[in-house]
Amino acid sequence: MGALIEVRDLNVVFGKGRQRVHAVKDVSFAVERGGSFGLVGESGSGKSTVLRAICGLAPIAGGQVLLDGAPVPHGIAFARRVQMVFQDPYASLHPRHTIDRVLAEPIAIHGLGDGEDRIERALDEVGLGSAFRFRYPHQLSGGQRQRVAIARALLLEPEVLLLDEPTSALDASVQAEVLNLLARLRAEKGLTYLLVSHDLAVVDHMCERLLVMQHGAAVERLEAAALEAHRVDTEYARTLLRASEGYRR
Amino acid sequence: MNEAPLLAVEDLWVRFRTRARTVEAVRGIGFTVGRERLGIVGESGSGKSMTGRAILRLIRPPGEMTAKRLDLAGTDLLGLSERGMRAVRGERIAMIMQDPKYALNPVMRIGRQLIETLRVHAGVSRGEAKRQALAMLEAVQIRDPERVMRGYAHEVSGGMGQRVMIAMMLMAGPELLIADEPTSALDVTVQLDVLKIMDRLVRERGMGLVFISHDLRLVATFCDRVLVMYAGRIVEELRADRLDEAKHPYTQGLLHCLPKIGGGKAPLPTLRREAAWAR
Repeated sequence: MGALIEVRDLNVVFGKGRQRVHAVKDVSFAVERGGSFGLVGESGSGKSTVLRAICGLAPIAGGQVLLDGAPVPHGIAFARRVQMVFQDPYASLHPRHTIDRVLAEPIAIHGLGDGEDRIERALDEVGLGSAFRFRYPHQLSGGQRQRVAIARALLLEPEVLLLDEPTSALDASVQAEVLNLLARLRAEKGLTYLLVSHDLAVVDHMCERLLVMQHGAAVERLEAAALEAHRVDTEYARTLLRASEGYRR
Repeated sequence: MNEAPLLAVEDLWVRFRTRARTVEAVRGIGFTVGRERLGIVGESGSGKSMTGRAILRLIRPPGEMTAKRLDLAGTDLLGLSERGMRAVRGERIAMIMQDPKYALNPVMRIGRQLIETLRVHAGVSRGEAKRQALAMLEAVQIRDPERVMRGYAHEVSGGMGQRVMIAMMLMAGPELLIADEPTSALDVTVQLDVLKIMDRLVRERGMGLVFISHDLRLVATFCDRVLVMYAGRIVEELRADRLDEAKHPYTQGLLHCLPKIGGGKAPLPTLRREAAWAR
């Protein structure tokens, strides 16, 4: 089975001359349809930049991004197939638009019919219900906002969800609820996930395979099973693994 | 261990009065801190940070703080004037905040900030202050202290900035250190380095430490004793090495809702909050 989303020798460079930053260096990976792939690393590792490059939010200096074996389409056609959920649900929802308006926008842009039904269904799917439809983001908790962001991403029935630290801004108990929701939606809809996180445990829980990144480069490719057995080859992956277990006196 | 506690808090309340209603952020809690590492754990809105600020009497209007007793090794902090309280802050109780980017002065060289701290609190000469500042930066394992002294806050990384903060806070030799999420803005690998430094300094100097965090597992591996806060109350007190004996459903929920490496793909247990916990 071919990969649904494939990144080949991706390079991202910001700025010129002395300001030049080579943020992503020759990164390659592939995610099969229905799979869940994790990108793990610390700040500045380039993990989020990879996601942004896939959506065209970061300049690609070299390499390719393929969707179903073909170069990714642009604009509306891309948005129908790939959607993104951002880290900060406080920043990613328009503060002066009701949830209804936030959710109506993609439906209008893509000229889909039965907007009412779609919005109600999307809110149900993420466990919010129609009572939330006419509220504003500030009337919602962080977890509820992230549910709205997920609902918005799912409205267009995409095949791929790009998840950029989707639970990092949330309390631990709320994180558990959102992770459960994401896992359930993936199983129900056969979605393909590309998840970026600094938290090794979150990636291990959500993904079958993962890539550890550092300073813009791929360090180690791992199966979740290998991670669980602490079978890692590189020193950096071992450091991350040890750090995830808490402080040792 | 029957020595008098370093800090004794009794019936502490923090309230915010607004026109519409009064929000009670901390609701009548009491605890003591000895020369130990005490963790205060809770989720956002539990009142843990407000507790830390209230100890230093740093609650700004419209917030107000009341307590039956707030005693620092024999000093009644409630009876002190604002001026007397300023002498306690920094000198006897120091506080480390979450993000060094906001806690350091952005337009003053790091060295000057450190030296100023010493000159204000210890009243030593400039040369002596500089010598001590350099020694302190070395103690928090900053490799090139001379260069860091000449730099500004934006020129150092998060982990480095937090070490500078620790150096600055410990310079006056406080008896009690309050650390509010001191490593939450840092990468995991840096986090452990910073904790190690804090751990060593606190132990060597025989200080008391109040470690405020949302991360129950981290606190459990770092502290001696843990207070779990929920909705402004302490719902459970535990020895850190006996976390698995937690009785309160909230503590248990917090412990189990985190994904674990090798924990499998089954849905994570979620917290079912009960109204009774907040009573």
